[in-house]
Amino acid sequence: MSEAQSVPGRRRFLVGATVTIGAVGVAAIGTPFVLSMLPSARARAAGGPVEADFSKIEPGMMITQEWRGQPIWLVNRTPEMMAQLAKNTGLLSDPDSSDSEQPEYCKNINRATTEHPNLFVAVGICTHLGCSPVDKMKVGEGSGMGSDWPGGFFCPCHGSKYDMSGRVFKGMPAPLNLRIPPYSFLSSARLLVGSDKKGA
Amino acid sequence: MKATSRLLDWIDARFPLTSVWKEHLSEYYAPKNFNFWYYFGSLAMLVLVIQIVTGIFLTMNYKPDARFAFASIEYIMRDVDYGWLIRYMHSTGASMFFVVVYLHMMRGLMYGSYRKPRELIWILGMAIYLCLMAEAFFGYLLPWGQMSYWGAQVIVSLVDAISPPVALWIRGDYVIGDATLNRFFAFHVIALPLVLVILVFMHIVALHEVGSNNPDGIEIKEKKDPVTGIPLDGIPFHPYYTVKDIMGVVGFLAVYLGIIFFAPEMGGYFLEDNNFIPADPLKTPLHISPVWYFTPFYAILRAIPQKQLGVLAMGVAVVIFFLLPWLDRGLVKSIRYRGNLFKAALGLFVLAFLILGYMGTQDPSLWYVNPVSRVCALVYFGFFVLMPIYTRLDKTKPVPERVV
Repeated sequence: MSEAQSVPGRRRFLVGATVTIGAVGVAAIGTPFVLSMLPSARARAAGGPVEADFSKIEPGMMITQEWRGQPIWLVNRTPEMMAQLAKNTGLLSDPDSSDSEQPEYCKNINRATTEHPNLFVAVGICTHLGCSPVDKMKVGEGSGMGSDWPGGFFCPCHGSKYDMSGRVFKGMPAPLNLRIPPYSFLSSARLLVGSDKKGA
Repeated sequence: MKATSRLLDWIDARFPLTSVWKEHLSEYYAPKNFNFWYYFGSLAMLVLVIQIVTGIFLTMNYKPDARFAFASIEYIMRDVDYGWLIRYMHSTGASMFFVVVYLHMMRGLMYGSYRKPRELIWILGMAIYLCLMAEAFFGYLLPWGQMSYWGAQVIVSLVDAISPPVALWIRGDYVIGDATLNRFFAFHVIALPLVLVILVFMHIVALHEVGSNNPDGIEIKEKKDPVTGIPLDGIPFHPYYTVKDIMGVVGFLAVYLGIIFFAPEMGGYFLEDNNFIPADPLKTPLHISPVWYFTPFYAILRAIPQKQLGVLAMGVAVVIFFLLPWLDRGLVKSIRYRGNLFKAALGLFVLAFLILGYMGTQDPSLWYVNPVSRVCALVYFGFFVLMPIYTRLDKTKPVPERVV
C-alpha cells in the first residue's frame, strides 16, 4: 500500500524537478538572446557628447545638430521672443516645467542656462509620439497658425504646440514640455551637447 | 495506372496521404449554402502564398542596411528584370491581405462564426490578425523611406510611453537606426512568417474539427444521414468548393493585377508619397499617417487627448475582438435571424470603422478630425461593450432546422 502511493508521488516529484530544471535552462539560454537586442557597444559609444558652434546663429534663427541620432535644436531667441514667454504662462500645461525633463540649471522660464539665457537648446522630438516638430517662430498670422499664435513650435503628426521655451500648450496630445539635453559651454562660441561636466 | 496505385499504397503505408486528402478535402463536408462571403478564407491563404513567394525573391536583391536599403529598393524597381512586378505584387499583396482579412472578419460578424463551438477558431483567427499587423509594421520599415522611418518612430514611442527600457530594447539604439532596420528585417522574413504559417495551420485544423458555419448559422452536423453518417446539408469540399474557390481566385486576380498594373500606389494609400523620399531622422514629414489598414486604430489613438490613455484605447480596440464569443448573448448566430437591434449595431459599427479609417488619414489640425473620431470611437467601443445587452433584448426569428 505504502509503496503503491509512493511511486506516483516520486514520479510527480521527478516530473516537477525535470520541468523546473528545464525551465531554468530555457531561461538561462534565453537571456543572451534577449540581451543581444540591447544597443551594442558601438551604438553606446556613438551616444557620446557632440560639439556645436552657436556663435553664427542670427537672432530669431535656429540650427539643428545631431546627438544620439536625435535632432538637437539651437535657437538664438530675440528679446521679443524672450518677453513673450512670461505672457504664455496661463496657456501652458506645465509652465514651470516641474514634470518635464531638463537639467536642473535649465529649470526656469527660459529653459536655458543663466550664462546664455537667449540660447534655447532642446531635443527636437515631440514628447507625444516622437515626431520632430517644425518651427513656427513668427508671431501671429504670418506663421500660418492663426492670429493669436505667440510663436513656437508645431508638431505636424498630432498637432501638439509648444512655445519658444519648448513648453507645451494646454489641451495638446503631448503630455510634457520638450526635453532639454544636458549641455555646457566650451567657450563663448562653442557648446558641448550631452555633457555638462566642464572640460569634459 | 497500376504503377501509380502501387506507389500510392507504398506512400500510404508510410505517410497518411490518402486519409489526409479525404479528411480535409474529398470527404470534408461543408454546408451546401456558402455564398460570396465564403471566398475570403481561401483568398487569404492565396495572398499568404503570394507574399511568401514574392518576399523570397525580394530578399535576393534587398539590403537590410540603413545605408543601402532605400537604394536597393530603387535598384529592384529599375534594374532588376521584372523587379518592379515582384515588388508591386508584394506591396499590393500587403494591402490586399488586409482587404481580404477584413472581409473575412466581416463574414464572421454577420453569420456569428465566432459563436460556440467555434470560439477557438475565432481566437486563432484574431491571433493571425495581430501577427499580420506586426508583420506589416515590420515590413513597412524596410524600404527606409520617410514614412517607414517616422511610422516606426511613432509606433515604437507608443511602447516608450509605457516603458522606455523596452523601447530601447526593441530599437537596439537610442533612435530608430541601422540596428532597428536589421532586426525588423529578421522579424519580417523569418520569425513572423513562421508564426503566421503555424497559426494558419491551427486555424484550419480547428475549423475542420468543428466544421464550417454557414449563412444560416445552422449546425449541419446535427442532421446526419443515418446510414452514411454524412451531414444531410453538407457537400464534399472537393470538388464543390475547390471549384467555387477557383472562381473566387479568378475574380480576385482580376482586381489584384488591375491594381498592380494600373494603380500600384493607389493614390498614396498603398504606397505613400513620402516613402519615395529616403529616411531623414532629423526631419519629420509635414503630414504623417500610417497605411490605410492601420488608420482606424490610429484615429482612435489621436482622438484621445491623453497619451497613455490613447495608447491603451488603441490596444483595447484591437484586443476587444478576442472577447466577441462571450459578449454575444444572442439566441441565433446568423444576421438572417437576428432582430433590428443587432443589425443596427453592426451597421453603425461598420460605419464607425470606415469613418475612423478615413479620419486616420486626415490632418489632425482640421477642426472636424478629432471630434468626429471621438464620436466614432464611442460607437466602436459601444458595439462591444453593449453587446451583451442588445443581443439579449433583440427579437430574433426562429432558425430553420435544415438548410433550405
